[in-house]
Amino acid sequence: MTKRNILSLLGALFALAIAAPTALAQLRIDITSGVTDPVPIAVVKFAPDASAAATFDFAEIIQQDLERSGRFRLLARERMSASPSRADAVVVGDWKALGTDYVLVGRSAPAPAGQSVVDFELLNVLNGQRLLSERITVPTSTARNGAHRISDRVYEKILGVPGAFATRIAYVSVDGAPPNQRYQMIVADSDGEGARAILESRQPLMSPSWSPDGESLAYVSFEARASAIYVQRVRSGERRRVSARRGINGAPAWSPDGGKLALTLSGSGGNLDIYVLELASQALTRLTEDPGIDTEPVWAPDGASIYFTSDRSGGPQIYRAVPTPGDRPRRITFTGSYNARPRISPDGTQLAYVTLEGGGFKIAIQDLANGNGRLLSKGRFDESPGFAPNGALLIYASRERGQGVLATVSADGLITQRLKSDSGEVREPAWGPFLR
Amino acid sequence: MKKYLPLAVVALAVVFAAGCASKRAKTDDAAGGDTMSSTGATTSPDDSASASGVESAGSVGGDMAGGVGPSGELGNRRIIYFAYDSDEIRAEDQALIAAHAQWLSKNPGGRVRLEGHTDERGTREYNIGLGERRAQAVRRALALQGGADLQPPTISFGEERPAVVGETEDAFAQNRRVELVYGN
Repeated sequence: MTKRNILSLLGALFALAIAAPTALAQLRIDITSGVTDPVPIAVVKFAPDASAAATFDFAEIIQQDLERSGRFRLLARERMSASPSRADAVVVGDWKALGTDYVLVGRSAPAPAGQSVVDFELLNVLNGQRLLSERITVPTSTARNGAHRISDRVYEKILGVPGAFATRIAYVSVDGAPPNQRYQMIVADSDGEGARAILESRQPLMSPSWSPDGESLAYVSFEARASAIYVQRVRSGERRRVSARRGINGAPAWSPDGGKLALTLSGSGGNLDIYVLELASQALTRLTEDPGIDTEPVWAPDGASIYFTSDRSGGPQIYRAVPTPGDRPRRITFTGSYNARPRISPDGTQLAYVTLEGGGFKIAIQDLANGNGRLLSKGRFDESPGFAPNGALLIYASRERGQGVLATVSADGLITQRLKSDSGEVREPAWGPFLR
Repeated sequence: MKKYLPLAVVALAVVFAAGCASKRAKTDDAAGGDTMSSTGATTSPDDSASASGVESAGSVGGDMAGGVGPSGELGNRRIIYFAYDSDEIRAEDQALIAAHAQWLSKNPGGRVRLEGHTDERGTREYNIGLGERRAQAVRRALALQGGADLQPPTISFGEERPAVVGETEDAFAQNRRVELVYGN
């Protein structure tokens, strides 16, 4: 065997060692509906830096981001007659003739090894105004994230709402048939790329919740054949068991200040109530005390109250509690027999939840000020809604032909997408915060 | 059947796991007998808590504790089924409960665990609550027939460990259950 053969064999073995345990469900995004009047925009291929060997195609990723948002109509590259890389080289009349309103141009600049520096400019071709002229610097290894950040800027400049492309999602992936199922806790970019398992188990994994700084996930794991709550740092993988009390340890939800977890405990008597655990001191405070099931807590963004599911009045409904002694939780949902798993929009004005409607479980959204609600989805098994950090989108779990898939819907209900796994099923998505 | 791997082997496994996939943890393997451990994610030494959790993971055989517990036609039945959205034990299951209660009160060393499950309809954490309610209902029924000392531990898996996968009424009915799991 030649040295080269041995090397390639070793390489293959190493690749196997890495690839086999990390064989992941890859998500694929399909837009299932969009707005009727998307904004026409052209993203011109960025000019490479002459000194660089290979250049990452930033424009391609930005184009995909904007297209998938459903708010933009992208001009195909092959229809572009020129490839300017600076705003002052853009002949606005030519682009106007192609029916586009905005042009994004950019170029890579000389950068130290391992870094990418990109200058980009956004031009309104209708009035010739330059809307953006910015530079980003990213490690070349995370160039994709740099492209998402440019997409965020373009999205915000044109639509007035920050983009949430440069964010991450967590979800649970399950494969195999009972009783031999394999559960994985996955973290991926918001477009499903870069997925990796941060935890794998033969026992159920549930209820991922992001820390407000985006560095950690809290979740439920049954790995010790009983439920326990863990906090795991996403980057290092280091983790800590924060609650393994008798009975149920469930539904962790991070406080907006990052110092506390709201969670569900039952004790050995089996009565589920909401508690607040201070992470540094491990001090535990009881929030609810009711013989019914109280669970699925979530904090209001101002940290002043906690919304949760309770069946104290019969079927599950959503309540709101303030941590003041003697204050009784107030009921929030009144329409329908089943309303559960609340989530609050980042601005604190909207409540998303799961509702039973026409024999199916669907995602609903309710204006907290006036109580007006409407359905956002039409599946039979839709659940686990959560807001993107910009509040413009929600992600939730759905089923398609017996398989668990993820879906997104814009808060106005107009744009829907499906994130489908190529293997196994995916569930319980949680959208992470903006990253600094 | 408990089997603990020698610490060195566990340590090696951790090093190996850390080498291959330093950013991810693998927990137990309850399906196999040996609890191949583990904690690739846990690079910090004070995280032994999760490692010990992993060791105990293999100790209850879950679906394979067939040799222990009552026998006979009723004693061999280990699953109690429930109606939709109900934790009421059906009249026809009272004889089954009685047989298990009788055996447990005669065998104080015998251990049973009550695992509550739901079908997949409804939200996951709320279903953990419903599964617990079913397990508690069986626990009360056992105590009623076998004496107040009979307080077996309960665990709820909600909809997370279905017996069968499917969206049919039949699949739902098979998943709404409490399993009596004997072992030590």
